[in-house]
Amino acid sequence: MRDIDSIRQIAASCVGMVGAPITALRKIVQEHRYIENADIRVVADVFNLSLADVRGIVSFYSDLRTTPRGRKHIRICQAEACQSVGARKLTSEVSEALGIELGETHGDGNVSLEAVYCLGLCASGPSATLNDRILVHASKEDLLA
Amino acid sequence: MSLALVSLVPYETLANALGANELAQALQARGVDVVRTGSFGLSWLEPMLVLDGIAYGPVADLDDLESVRLGPLDELSALASQRRLVFDRCGRRHPLDYDPEWILQQLRREPREIIEEVKKSGLRGRGGAGFPAHIKWQTVFDTPSAQKYIVVNADEGDSGTFADRLIMEGDPFRLIEGMLLSGHATGATKGVVYLRSEYPVAAEVFERALVKARELGLLHDFDIELFVGAGAYICGEETSLLESLEGKRGEVRAKPPVPAVAGLFGCPTLVHNVITLCSVPAILDLGGTAYAQLGVGKSTGTMCFQLAGNIARGGLIELPFGLSMRELIEDWGGGTRSGRPLGAVQVGGPLGAYLFEHQLDTPLTYEDMAKLGAGIGHGGLVVFDDSVDLIEQAHYAFAFCAHESCGKCTPCRIGAVRGKEAVESMMTGEYTQEHLEVIADLCDVMEHASLCQMGGMTPIPVRSALGLK
Repeated sequence: MRDIDSIRQIAASCVGMVGAPITALRKIVQEHRYIENADIRVVADVFNLSLADVRGIVSFYSDLRTTPRGRKHIRICQAEACQSVGARKLTSEVSEALGIELGETHGDGNVSLEAVYCLGLCASGPSATLNDRILVHASKEDLLA
Repeated sequence: MSLALVSLVPYETLANALGANELAQALQARGVDVVRTGSFGLSWLEPMLVLDGIAYGPVADLDDLESVRLGPLDELSALASQRRLVFDRCGRRHPLDYDPEWILQQLRREPREIIEEVKKSGLRGRGGAGFPAHIKWQTVFDTPSAQKYIVVNADEGDSGTFADRLIMEGDPFRLIEGMLLSGHATGATKGVVYLRSEYPVAAEVFERALVKARELGLLHDFDIELFVGAGAYICGEETSLLESLEGKRGEVRAKPPVPAVAGLFGCPTLVHNVITLCSVPAILDLGGTAYAQLGVGKSTGTMCFQLAGNIARGGLIELPFGLSMRELIEDWGGGTRSGRPLGAVQVGGPLGAYLFEHQLDTPLTYEDMAKLGAGIGHGGLVVFDDSVDLIEQAHYAFAFCAHESCGKCTPCRIGAVRGKEAVESMMTGEYTQEHLEVIADLCDVMEHASLCQMGGMTPIPVRSALGLK
């Protein structure tokens, strides 16, 4: 269980910034891996927004996740520059090996696979991330290691 | 530089992914002083090392530098034949190694004089739209308001582009200079940089640069705040970006009013792409007239092209407008990485046209690309070899639009989904004239009736990939 005071503290630390509710929610994900329902209430309260406003923000931005990512979290770039050097094949191979589709987390919570649209490493694709590590010229072996 | 051993190793996302951090540690272990610089943007040579003026790359083994010796840095043709105005410092020094004398001197100039130089330079937006910069500057200047803003669009989401990332990681003070100058010229006292969350290194370096800028006293009259996005391509559209900065869903706004009149929190706001603002210091340094003499016709100055995708020597190339796609892809880029013939090149991101072999001699200028029904976008070229499946690419264009549409207007929200379904039917074998007609109709509606360029320009890659008019 997360401490609701810590959520309030995160939200309060963003008051006065531009785009503050978004930054608060992003920081909650950074600290606590994902956003819970109770967090939405706190953010709404701190920024004087309706629950619908905050839910609307959460559902709009893909980083503002409401489910935990896998302990091993793989993102593979699906954008054109990576497509041109085999990202589609890489994605289907990794997906098959893990038994999950893009956007899914394995039942045991061990691994999740997600699409990312461009990491800005477009001359060295396919690019991917493995937790916080960035991979270029990524191979199936790199990602399944 | 003295003859004592001093080395330059990039601290940049790509170089780091290819081992620059380990290389720096290995050098330090041998007692060599290491300066972590930005990257020169020569992707295929990363991690690059400059040791007492001699360049090496890609460096895999410190004991075998000779096999990757490139020669004296200043004679490296991949750099020496560029015309680096935006990127002149990038790669040559620590990103925070900055002398504020020049900018302080420039900030003593009259605002009108600065706008006049920008006007003379013919500078146009480098983010994609190509709108003349000085018109926006003049509008913000002329619109009375107690508060005005400079907003920098660093939501560089187009595949095949990374110039914003490279400059923010390698020379953040170039952007700060551009922001200070535009703030001074237009009367804005606050600047905000909207950076995408996929660029954590850029965020880290830029934050440190802001601390340094404060220490140097550069942010007394004009403050700068960094905002990191939360994963939404559409927030690269300027009105969506402004909504996002107001802490809301990034749904686009109808224009008018344009942001220069009523932008962030309803105040006059100058919204520019990173590279547009980073071009301003060179304009003031050379003079607007001299800057305008670079390039061709109304495409003045230098463009930071980015070669990406299936390319042998990809990376960033800053040159005056005017060279052709063929020169860029074949002479600079060395053709495809796979060695197979070129199949297509997509110019200007996911909303850019697919172009083919017979069109490659077209010069990369705003005007010449427009004649092909294409655009130059943010200067990114994504090369595909002949294994490209163009129907699949048309499908992706619709699918990406469906995924990233903000949902505010119907042509984009519904059109992209229906278009995707129509292309899917073609992919499963029923490639009929009827499908093509539906797609052509959808493209017409999306082009003419969408609120913003997400829906409005998705027809460009679709039509060009499918050979529709």
